Amino acid sequence: MSSNKSKTPLEKLDTKLRKVNARNVDQRKGARNDEGFGVAIRIGVDIVAALAVGVGLGLVLDNWLNTKPWMLILFFILGSAAGLLNVFRSISGHGYVAGYTGAQPNDELDSKSNKHVGNG
Amino acid sequence: MADGKEQSPLAQFEIKPLIELELGGFDISYTNSALFMTIAFFLIIGFLLLGIRRRGSVPSRLQMMVELSYEFIAGLIRDTIGAEGRKYFPFIFSVFMFVLVGNLLGMTPYSFTFTSHIIVTFALAFAIFSGVTILGFCKHGMHFFSFFLPPGTPLMMAPLLIPIEVISYLSRPISLSVRLFANMLAGHTLLKVIASFIGALGVYGVLPLALVTALTGLEILIAFLQAYVFAILTCLYINDALKLH
Repeated sequence: MSSNKSKTPLEKLDTKLRKVNARNVDQRKGARNDEGFGVAIRIGVDIVAALAVGVGLGLVLDNWLNTKPWMLILFFILGSAAGLLNVFRSISGHGYVAGYTGAQPNDELDSKSNKHVGNG
Repeated sequence: MADGKEQSPLAQFEIKPLIELELGGFDISYTNSALFMTIAFFLIIGFLLLGIRRRGSVPSRLQMMVELSYEFIAGLIRDTIGAEGRKYFPFIFSVFMFVLVGNLLGMTPYSFTFTSHIIVTFALAFAIFSGVTILGFCKHGMHFFSFFLPPGTPLMMAPLLIPIEVISYLSRPISLSVRLFANMLAGHTLLKVIASFIGALGVYGVLPLALVTALTGLEILIAFLQAYVFAILTCLYINDALKLH
């Protein structure tokens, strides 16, 4: 307590600042770890959401065109493809910066397969 | 307390009208959900205004928090959209703060978590989705449709790829809203279920008590994480609409 009092205000501020800076670095490290958790949730929801949209579209089209099971079957398959595409995009980029070109690093753009993914 | 009537772990999500209102046959009652949105609104305004009231070069704690949240979102936009994303800062900051304060308000005992309702998160996500789509049309006109057919795709693949891309695009508001809603709903239900074991197990209730304590910490982490995810995905969608490919 007494040693703390003897410091000048500037020194106190200096120690405080150093502490905050150290904490900031720690937080950044923590955020890196949490990103995996977040990506996992994102991927799970992405598959289901695309599938739900596909099935919903299929049902609506079936009701509209009177083609009872066929549109549902077709859009179920398209929906699962879209879900997998979502997941592929999520994990082929880094973290949340999914495989859209704007967010892709330039050095990956010259390879053809990456370009195709990135352009989605 | 609970021996009289069993409290359902889902009772916390019940919407109760506080002031009954009706407009043109629609029930527009002021509910507990709306009340907590109002509280969130005033908390954010109060936090920001109090934080910048005395602007010092050596900032107070509150000013630091305000500056930290500003820097956080500004950095997020800089990283994902770049310099041209600057003008969307107010929108993204508002969305982030609203979701974050909503999630954190839900962690207060006896409060109501409005982000645990799919209709709230879906309304937010759908507003973002339609806004981003309109933005894309304003920037690129009919060229916006090329979003659904990546350049360099063989034309033969188009009938297969376009529906897949359209479904993938339409699934955005759903995955955006379901992610937030499911996290909040599942977390709060889990807390209530495990908390109900504390009384039932007598002395051994310390075990679920410890678990609930740990889970509360995890829930606060999730509250921040989901607000962050919501904001960063909004940034990515705006970035997509601005740059197309």
